[in-house]
Formats: sequence, C-alpha cells, structure tokens
Amino acid sequence: MKHRSFFWFVLPSALAMLLFIFFPIISVIVQSFHVEHEQVIKTVETCDLFGCKESTTIDQEATAALKEAKPLGQFAGFKTYLDRNHLATSEVSATWNRTNSWRDFGAQMLNLPFYKAIGFTLTFTFVVTPLVIILGFVIAVAVNSAAKRLRGVLIFFSLLPMMITPLVGALILFWMVDARGIIGTTLQYLAGDPDLSVKASTPLMWIMLMVYGVWHAAPFAFIVYYAGLQTVSQDTLEAARVDGANRWLQIRHVIIPHLLPLTTFIALMQLMDNFRVFEPIVSFAANAHATSLSWAIYNDLGGETRQLSSAAATSVLTILGVAILLSPVLVRTWREFDRK
Amino acid sequence: MSSKLKRQPPAISLLVFTVLAIWMILAAFPFLWTLWGSFKVEGDFFSKADWANAIKGTLTQAETGGSFTGDGYYGAWVQEEFWRAALNSVIVCIFVVSISLTLGTLGGYALARSTYRYAFWFLLAALIFRAMPPITLVSGYLPVFFQWNLWGHTATTIIVLVAINQPFTLWMLHSFFKNIPAELDESAMVDGCTRFQAFRNVIIPVMWPGVITTGLFSFLLAYNDFAVTAMLLSKENQTMIPKINSFLGTTQTKGNVMFAVSAVVSVTAPLFLMVLFFQRQIVGGLTAGAVKG
Repeated sequence: MKHRSFFWFVLPSALAMLLFIFFPIISVIVQSFHVEHEQVIKTVETCDLFGCKESTTIDQEATAALKEAKPLGQFAGFKTYLDRNHLATSEVSATWNRTNSWRDFGAQMLNLPFYKAIGFTLTFTFVVTPLVIILGFVIAVAVNSAAKRLRGVLIFFSLLPMMITPLVGALILFWMVDARGIIGTTLQYLAGDPDLSVKASTPLMWIMLMVYGVWHAAPFAFIVYYAGLQTVSQDTLEAARVDGANRWLQIRHVIIPHLLPLTTFIALMQLMDNFRVFEPIVSFAANAHATSLSWAIYNDLGGETRQLSSAAATSVLTILGVAILLSPVLVRTWREFDRK
Repeated sequence: MSSKLKRQPPAISLLVFTVLAIWMILAAFPFLWTLWGSFKVEGDFFSKADWANAIKGTLTQAETGGSFTGDGYYGAWVQEEFWRAALNSVIVCIFVVSISLTLGTLGGYALARSTYRYAFWFLLAALIFRAMPPITLVSGYLPVFFQWNLWGHTATTIIVLVAINQPFTLWMLHSFFKNIPAELDESAMVDGCTRFQAFRNVIIPVMWPGVITTGLFSFLLAYNDFAVTAMLLSKENQTMIPKINSFLGTTQTKGNVMFAVSAVVSVTAPLFLMVLFFQRQIVGGLTAGAVKG
C-alpha cells in the first residue's frame, strides 16, 4: 500500500487517538507537576476611632486574574508526588525508622492511601489472573467433553458474567452477600456467627472482590481455551491413546502444550484488565477496606473539590505501573517482529 | 464425538457433570435470583428472617396484595426518570458504534494491507493505548474540558469513547482484514480502481461479518462504561450506568434499594438478548485475536 493512501486511510483514527489518548497523557503529566494557585492575600488597613488596624483578606480579583493568566496553576515539581497521598516519602522513612519488623512496617504502610491502593491493586492482579486461567481451563475441558447439543446452552450461560456491565455485575453479587442476602445469610449460618458481615471485615471484603474478579473474567479464558480445544489435532490425541496415555496424560502432554500460546494471550489481557480494577470497589462500597489506583483517581476527581493535580500524579504513577507490567510482553513482541 | 462420550468412564462423566453443574449455578443463578427478586418488595429481596420468603414473596403479598409487584420498576423508570438515562444510553451507543466502526474499518484495512514497518509501530502504539486505564485519561481531559466548556455534553463523551475504543477496534478489524485475500482488492486496482474505490466496491461488501463482531464489542464498551460517563456527563445527560450509581447514594431510605435492583435488571436485559442472538459472533470475536496468535 502506498504511503499516501495509507496516510489518508489511517488519519481519522490516528487523529482520534492522538487527541484523546496521547495528548491527555501529556496533559496528565504536565498537570501532575503543578498545583493550584494559592489565593492572593491583600492587607487592608482599616482605621477607626481607636486607631488603625491591619487585616488580611482574599483578593478575589487578583486570584481570578492569576488563574486566568496561568490556568495550570503554579509549578510544584515533584511536590505532589512526594506528599502524603502519593509516595509519602517522609512518612515512609519515619515508619521505617519506627518499626522493627517487616510485618509491622507493612501494616503501617497500608494506612497510607497510595500504598493501600497499590497493595490491593497488585494483590488483585496477581491473585485473580492465575485463578481465571485455571478456572477457565477447567470449564473449557468440561464443556468440551459434554454432549454436543448441550454446548450452546452451556456457552450462553457462561458468557453472562463477562458480558454484564462490571458495575452492575458487582452490584448483583453485592446484594447477595449482604448480611440480609442469600449468600450472606448462608455464610452466617455456616460460620455460626449471626453478626458476620462481609462489609465490616477487611479480609472478607478482599476475598469477595477477588471472587467477583474471577467470576467476571473466567468466561473470557474459557472461551479462548474452548476455541483452542477445537483445534487440537485428533491424530496426536489418537496416537497418545495408542501409546497408552490415560486422560490425565493426554491433557498434560498434548492439550496443555497446544494451549500454551493462548495462555500468554489470556495472561496479557487479564493483567491489563485486572490492573485497572475499579467498578467492583464502587459497587461493593469497599473503599474503607480496599482501594485501587483507578479508584483513587476517581475519588480525587469526583466530589466537591476536584483535586486535579493529585489525580494527575496518581494517573502518572498508574501509567508507569502499566508500563512496567507490559514491558516483558512489548519487548517480546518487538523481538518477534524483528526476527520476521 | 458421541462414541467418545460413550467411552468415558462413569467417574469422569460424574466429574464433568459436577464441574458443569457448579459453574452453571455460579454463572446463571445470581441473574435469575436478582430477576426474580426485582418483582418483590425490599423485605423479601433481603429476607433476614427466612430465605424462602424471597421465593414465595410473603411480605410482598402482605404489603401489595400480590406475589409480584412492579413497584421497583415504576419507581425507577417513572419516578426517578430512568427512561431519560436509557434514552441517553441509546444515543451514546448508536453514535459510538457507528463512528468507531467507520474510523476503524478505514484504519484497520490500511494496517492490514500496508507492508511497511510503520504499520507495525502504529499497532504497537495502539496496544499500549489499549492498556491505559480509561480513568487515567479522564484526569487529563477534565482541566481542558472545563477550560473550553466542553464538559457535560453528550457529544464530548461520544468522541472520547470512540477514541478509547479505537485501539481495540483497529486490532480486531486489522486481523479480520488480514483474512480477506489481498488479491481481491489488488485485482480491482489492476482493473483501474483507485485504492479507495477498491475498498468501497470490493472490500465493503465482504467485510460485514467482521464489522458486526467488532460492532458488538464497541457497543459493549460504550454501554458498560462507567469511568468516562460518570466523570464527563452532566446530571441530565447521564447514561444508565452512572445513573444506577447515583441511585446507590440515595438508597438508604426504604424502598429505594428496589429502584436500583429494577434498574440493574433493566440494564441486564438488553445484554442478555445480545448474547442470545449474537453468541456465535461474540465467541468468534473473543477468539479472533488469540487463536491466530
């Protein structure tokens, strides 16, 4: 394809991504190095019978003028990054000096908003991703050995947890684990504790969020594996059977190696998606127990005072996290392309 | 296959049956439960006393006189004007899907046909953009949108969703166009067509299966989005998902929880129908990128 026609074909799409993905990233980075203007204070001298007094008031006009002149705010360097809501360097070093065991240090760190968010985000990502892969594989093998006419129905119901809006799917589960909901009541019965409440317990809330994560994403792994299973060579399976391989050995030595490239694909998509975990925290109202990086940004942006600089700094840190997470994959893709 | 099934020892069959039964309950039961419960009153939906109340609707009978009640739906759709949000969702989805597909087919086609190295870099950049959590981009939009008075409008949100959708759309349509033999449009160009004429007259007529599949996923992205729509739309332009979230803020008063439950069921219904009618395309789309490597 000629350069010229390529350019015109790609232009609209490239423009959209440039304006609404690339520039916002730049804008976020710039914003994160600025903070809002301080209000301009002016000193007014008021005189009365007893003499003159100086008082200070906010100069509204000057503040507005300053905002007009420099809409970004004032340059702050890494100040926002280092404050208590982000990397919290001074708090971390103080905690480091104060505590004398790793366990204690870790517990203290989770009180800092940023470390609380990243702690949950990483735990969620690295617990949910492998579980999704395993569960998806198990379901795929099971559906593949079910009778053919049942498979359509099985796939239909399997797709539902993935297709559902994350916010809505999480709400549905949340209402069921409510202390008065069906799962919540069952849990109370099983634990023999009538006051047991998922909402009140941090470990239970973490587990619940991860259960939701697996429930939501397992169908994706299932579908990909199921499609992969359709392309397993029947001859190889037959040969393995003739050689005396039982079912487990067939799975272990024929099916799993065949599906391995798909696992890389699923893992990549899952790492990307789980790292942005956000909606279930809103639905479960879990922010007292678990927050994520995305939730922290959402929280800064919403509400009465929009803390744009704070949100921007968290965004930059999140983007760095995504970059680190993806770098092995990107390097590999690039090498593979180079070889071609 | 049936012969293979017969050869399965009973223990294996039992194991398969158990796995499938458990998974079906996990996958389907929450939806059926919520659908059933949405026609009850709150006391039955959350029945602390006896879980069987939720099925029989004891309190619903006591409070409304029938075993089923549409009060939740009436409250959500009429009283809280959920229909407005539904209308906004329809508008957003229609525009996002049609614009994404127009841009995506043009770009995806070019990327599939170009043999130069920059096409690869373009796709790689798209992959990186795909990995950006949308909410990080939102914090980049807000200062600019406030400054230029773009905030709150449906049109702004549509364009933003289209852009966020592009990386995925491009990848999917690119791999789809790769499967259409290049000889098809090349022979048209030998016959004197320009590149665009070849695209219009030869490629467009055969591209619909791929476009429909990609369109389904674009629709899902627009329909399911919460991060962008919650932050960028003003209250009267809100779509259904942020609207449900604002229901949640005001559910403390009795009865309002059922509004949210009914709204949730209303949001689920179109998705349910979509999976029902387009199951084959969805499965095909999910595996398109993967199986071919």
